[in-house]
Amino acid sequence: MNAAVSTPYTVPAGLMDALQVTVLVLVAVGATAVVLIRAHVRQVLALSVYGVLLAVLFLVFQAPDVTLSELAVGTVVLPILLLLTLAKIRKREE
Amino acid sequence: MTPSLRRWVFLAGAAGLVAFYLWGLVGLPGFGDYPGPYGFIVNHIAVPQTKATGVVSAVNFEYRGFDTVGEEFILFTAAAGVSIVLRRLRGERQRPAVDEAADRDVPATSSAVRMLALLFTGPVVVVGWWLASHAQTNPSGGFQGGVILATAFILVYLSGEFLVFKRFSPVNLTDVTEAVGAGGFAAIGVSAVAMGLPYLYNFLPLGTTPGAVSSSGTIALISFFVGLEVAAAFILIVGELLEQTLLIRQGQ
Repeated sequence: MNAAVSTPYTVPAGLMDALQVTVLVLVAVGATAVVLIRAHVRQVLALSVYGVLLAVLFLVFQAPDVTLSELAVGTVVLPILLLLTLAKIRKREE
Repeated sequence: MTPSLRRWVFLAGAAGLVAFYLWGLVGLPGFGDYPGPYGFIVNHIAVPQTKATGVVSAVNFEYRGFDTVGEEFILFTAAAGVSIVLRRLRGERQRPAVDEAADRDVPATSSAVRMLALLFTGPVVVVGWWLASHAQTNPSGGFQGGVILATAFILVYLSGEFLVFKRFSPVNLTDVTEAVGAGGFAAIGVSAVAMGLPYLYNFLPLGTTPGAVSSSGTIALISFFVGLEVAAAFILIVGELLEQTLLIRQGQ
């Protein structure tokens, strides 16, 4: 991942590699956690946290626009839609 | 099929998958390798050509503007679909929000949540509005701005009551805003055609200073309309679900 343009903000390549690997591992762990958690409400909260991790991943890979979408959609709107649906379903089941 | 035969069939399939997967991995280009050329070309020409310093916006609303129209109408259609599916049906009636699952222990909204939500509402509105209305110079543009604006309304719901959320986003106003946003984008494209230019051609003056408020012609304008559309669509979807969950019950 050699940067095409050198800017005053350039981070040492080794540091950037370490950061990217760390975030990739965290995302893999987060995704596994979301799949393995069975309690619905907890699963939704895990999904929200996973959204934050993905947002950081996109930021580290230099896609700030995708970061902003993921932050708003993945960590706020999607969990809220799921929580509301769960609330509605729970009422019908009783 | 006996269980042991089934296991063998699975193992054969899995082995094949693993083999092909590894074979595919070997042939992948190196990590971060980009053969180009479009990215390099866009990086090179976007700023002088469109006078937008936010190259993502230049790509989204100019070079592949036609794609973005399609995406915009996907969201528009989705919001319309949610409105139709979640409308009040015959046999359902609306009544004040009462908790139906009385056995469940519902903690009252803590003052910390209320405070934080109140505290963040203002800044979130500012960031969303800036992203939507200054696409020519910021990293994203209308879609991100719109979603972030919509989360401000969700914060209002968190900090207060559902009824406050409804008062801040009356359905009629949200509907009209969404239609204006989606229609505005399409109308800009058609205006170009009316002038004898290609659909979505950037016909407005581009300005001279890249990234200035008056620069980039239709890019900033389209982004603004997209922001309106996206914010309204998300508010509509969340509002419909809130209403469905809190206010509409099965009738007797």
